[in-house]
This record gives sequence, structure tokens and C-alpha cells, in this order.
Amino acid sequence: MQARWAPIQRRDRDGVQAPMQDIRKALYVGSRSDGTLIERPMSPHLQVYRYRLSMVLSISNRITGVIATGGAALGVFWLGAAAKGPKAFNTARKVTGNPLGQLVLLGWLGSVVYHTVGGLRHLIWDAGYRYDKEELNKDGPVAVKVTAGVSAVLGIALLCVAGRRRHARAKAGKVS
Amino acid sequence: MNTSTPHIEVMRSQLGRARGLGAGQSGTAHWWAERASAASLLPLSTWFVVQMFRLGGADHAEVARWGAKPCNATMLAAVIITTFYHAQVGLQVIVDDYVHGKAHLPTRLAVKIITSLLGLLGVFAVIKLVAGGSSGK
Repeated sequence: MQARWAPIQRRDRDGVQAPMQDIRKALYVGSRSDGTLIERPMSPHLQVYRYRLSMVLSISNRITGVIATGGAALGVFWLGAAAKGPKAFNTARKVTGNPLGQLVLLGWLGSVVYHTVGGLRHLIWDAGYRYDKEELNKDGPVAVKVTAGVSAVLGIALLCVAGRRRHARAKAGKVS
Repeated sequence: MNTSTPHIEVMRSQLGRARGLGAGQSGTAHWWAERASAASLLPLSTWFVVQMFRLGGADHAEVARWGAKPCNATMLAAVIITTFYHAQVGLQVIVDDYVHGKAHLPTRLAVKIITSLLGLLGVFAVIKLVAGGSSGK
């Protein structure tokens, strides 16, 4: 009971009461009927809500966006290695051919696929469709299945293509 | 409970402070930038995935030959620029939502600088590939 309504004690490092400069925080200040200022209770956070798939899918769109950016950064380094020359590119290939590197690539692929599916849903919502509660709850599992399916197909196919080319090169006797 | 109480420096309401200043100016530009780049990335990233099927497991000579073609270089540069532009716009929303106070501005600038530099690196790699230059290292 007490914790939420405790008066604000905001002090800086030297123990001096800090002035409120953050507008957002200033808006949390309210007053009791006796006139003393208090910090108003904030809206309840995540832990009080019942689990819904849509909340996971919502934050996942952001998380996969960040991961996709990281993957794009790696892709740029790969391209930079190709531009630099054969030696640098061979180093890059050691990373992309490594099982750990391929796990990272698959993570990038999955993130890009989910972010694309999530982005398509956002574009559909922006156009004014599929935004009712029932439709949202129906589409969520579909998005998960489409992501899993497309990621698996693309991932396996790409691994097969790369493996076949490596095999063909080994057969031709060239040092890869 | 200590002696300190909340303290508000500006004796005007938030509404009073905002009144008369007009609109925030930028309006919906940021939202549109995010959607337009997202929609552009649909065909561009599809092209990129198809190219990865052509290049999976390729050695340097194959990649260099691929990157030297003007059409590929054009598409590649478009993919890179649009990707990092979209990343910049999207990451800015995340920073605005989750980073508050003093850390906000530096984080936002860092996002801008890092995504711009990565995009530039990609574009210059494309230019080098299309110019056919390879230092032999």
C-alpha cells in the first residue's frame, strides 16, 4: 500500500534535492488533499497483464528489427571483404562457412523473415484492415507459422546451395 | 519518509506551455519515412535473397564478377541505402521509447552516426566492386 504512494525523494549525487527537469517525470507529480506533493502511481506494467500472443509478437517485431540491423552490418562487412580482395574474402568465408557463423546467419534470416511478416501486418493495419480483436488474435498464429515455414525453407535451401557448390569445387580439385 | 518533497520549477501547466506554439512541425514525416522505406524493402530484399541463392558458397572471383555488373551494383546499392535508412528511422523510434533523460540525445546521435557509416561502407564496397578494383590482398 505504502510503496506506491510514498512521497518523492529525488536527490542528486551530493544529496541536494534535484529540480524536476524531465517533463515526463514532472507530470507524475500530484498532490494529496492536505496539499503535500506526491508521486502519482504509474500505470501498471507488464507483469499485471495476462499473457497474450500479440504482446510477444509486438515486441518481437522490434527485437527482430534490431537483430536484422546487426545482420545487415555483418552483410556490409562481407561485401567490404569482397571489395578488398581474395584474402580478406577468404577470411569472411571462414566465418560464413563455420557452423557457428551459419547459426548466426540463420538467426539473421529468421529475424528478417519475421520482421518482414510483422511489417506486412503493420502495413495492412495502416491501410485499415485486420485491426479488430478477433482478427488480430486469428492472424497472430498465422504470422508465427508463416515465419517458421519461410525461414526453414529458405534456410535449408540456402545451406543446400552453398554445400553443393562447395562439393562441386572440391570435386574439381580447386582449393576453396 | 524523508523531509524532501517534489518540487516543480515551472509554474505553468503543460498545456499552457504548449499553447500558441503551433504544431510540432515534423508531423507525420517520420511515420511515412518508415512505411515508405519498409514497402520499398519488400522487392529489394526479395532480390537480395534470390541473389544469395546464386552466390551461396561462391568464391571471391564469382562474387567479384557478380558485383561488377552495373545492374547488380545498382540493386545492391539500393538495398544497402534503403536498409540502413529504414534501420535508422526504426531504431530512432526504439531509442525515443526506451531511453530517457540525459542518455537520450547521445544514444540518438550514435544511432544516426553508426547506421550512416555502415551504409556508406556498403556503398563504397559496391563502388569498388563495380570499378573492378581488387588490391590483391
